[in-house]
Amino acid sequence: MALDNADILKIAKLARLQVDADQVDNYANSISSILDLVDAMQKVDTDGVEPLANPLDAQQRLRADEVTATNKRDEFMAIAPKSEAGLFLVPKVIE
Amino acid sequence: MPYTTISQLSQGLKDGTFSSRELAQDAIADIKARDHLYNSFITISEDQALAQADAADQRIAAGQAAAMTGVPMAHKDLFCTNGVRTTAASKILENFVPPYESTVSQLFLDAGAVSIGKTNLDEFAMGSSNEHSHFGVVKNPWDLKAVPGGSSGGSAAAVAAGFVAGTTGTDTGGSIRQPAAFCNLTGIKPTYGRVSRFGIIAYASSLDQAGPMARTAEDTAMMLNVMAQFDSQDSTSMQMQTPDYTATLNDSLAGLKIGLPKEFFETGLDTDVAAATMAAVKQYEAMGAKIVDISLPNLQLCIPAYYVIAPSEASSNLSRYDGARYGYRCEDPADLMDMYCRTRAEGFGEEVKNRIMVGTYALSEGFYDAYYVKAQRIRRMIKNDFVQAFEQVDVIMGPVTPTPAFDIGSKTKDPVAMYLEDIYTLSINLAGIPALSTPAGFVNGRPVGLHIMGNYFSEAKLLNVAHQLQQVTDWHMQTPPSL
Repeated sequence: MALDNADILKIAKLARLQVDADQVDNYANSISSILDLVDAMQKVDTDGVEPLANPLDAQQRLRADEVTATNKRDEFMAIAPKSEAGLFLVPKVIE
Repeated sequence: MPYTTISQLSQGLKDGTFSSRELAQDAIADIKARDHLYNSFITISEDQALAQADAADQRIAAGQAAAMTGVPMAHKDLFCTNGVRTTAASKILENFVPPYESTVSQLFLDAGAVSIGKTNLDEFAMGSSNEHSHFGVVKNPWDLKAVPGGSSGGSAAAVAAGFVAGTTGTDTGGSIRQPAAFCNLTGIKPTYGRVSRFGIIAYASSLDQAGPMARTAEDTAMMLNVMAQFDSQDSTSMQMQTPDYTATLNDSLAGLKIGLPKEFFETGLDTDVAAATMAAVKQYEAMGAKIVDISLPNLQLCIPAYYVIAPSEASSNLSRYDGARYGYRCEDPADLMDMYCRTRAEGFGEEVKNRIMVGTYALSEGFYDAYYVKAQRIRRMIKNDFVQAFEQVDVIMGPVTPTPAFDIGSKTKDPVAMYLEDIYTLSINLAGIPALSTPAGFVNGRPVGLHIMGNYFSEAKLLNVAHQLQQVTDWHMQTPPSL
């Protein structure tokens, strides 16, 4: 499966990864070769085979709707790159 | 004190031959003196280790020691350790200090074990050689020109170098078993759901599993006793009783049915590795085991299935690294999108970015069914092959890798060449069954491992089988010539 540079830029945008102009070709090549590896799947007949999500086909365990977690905001905030008054600071979003 | 087992250390501590503080001090001094040769550690947590050692000595003196109390060990730098830097070998977490403890490392703290530090790995557990770490390549103590394997390369090298007697690793596609094979260790990937994933930096959530790495099956069993506990904080943790994995190590193997899948012995397998594997299998025949030829017809499909499922799940798991709340943030972001895109481009290494891109593509609109869902259907076919095989046999054996440890730098130019090395280990993670690697000899001075695979929750049997080989061979007792 060959990806072109426009594909790479579109995937990079979805993945929130900046890709410089001089890197696009490299990504196109390496990702295309991985997709070639993966294309072997397409020849396999999987009609009637259910997808396997959890290897044990386990069911999602539920718990009682009780509060068990403690508020650790200060500890979590202490390691933030930028914070103020209990808020994480990021570049302005709203114009 | 290199090359003493966990079992011997535990006994020596109880007998008062040495103290936990002495062991910890010796380990720390040894790592500082020699680890420049291997680069197996990212962080040495000296103050915390000595505090844990002192607490262990008190517990031993009070007669309240558990099996691992006072024994020095180390954790792969993928386990969140409260107050101790945890990096996933990535620039994006270079200075991340977790404000909480992973369940696995907490269980070892509760057991009184002493964590000396955090070991090196392929970044975010993505790799098979420990050449993809922000903190540098790890070298194999058996041959400094060789890779130690990956992604748990630092964990393997730390034990092989004699710094600690046991380490934790994680295995998503072979990342415990392959480095254990390359470094002459016993390493087990338990059944999916056997060991808690809470606090382990996630790579592929339906495949990841933590496990112990040590020199002997007995040591590995002692560590698994600590690790294999139900955890309500991991929604995929299975509520199973934990047997004493050391209690059945000496069970007889007479009548054990060992399956040898023909697909493990086809083209691409190095003849010396094949010979070592078959020599180990012959040892089991001498013990009264019966060899059964079996087939895993969909084995080859494990590579495309894994290299869709793992990158897809990774692309989702690694989306949390956005520079907003913790970890690296790029300088002077122009706007929010720039903050995300540059933080991640600058913070992640190339292999990680490749896999995120592949996964993002496979999950994107228009491709999700053709890639991710298709891979999940193939995953069920691979699982079914094992379920059918275990109707005929008790365990399955084969090589761990097609070749012995390869030279550093020999496969980094072509990621696909590296991926093909995983052919024997990937299907185990896809099926979720347990498997281990145990030493089976050397090829040109580089260790090779025997791969022993079992049915769901058969870890006790696997360790019993490995232990019995270790009673009639001495591969596992060898020391690297350079030590």
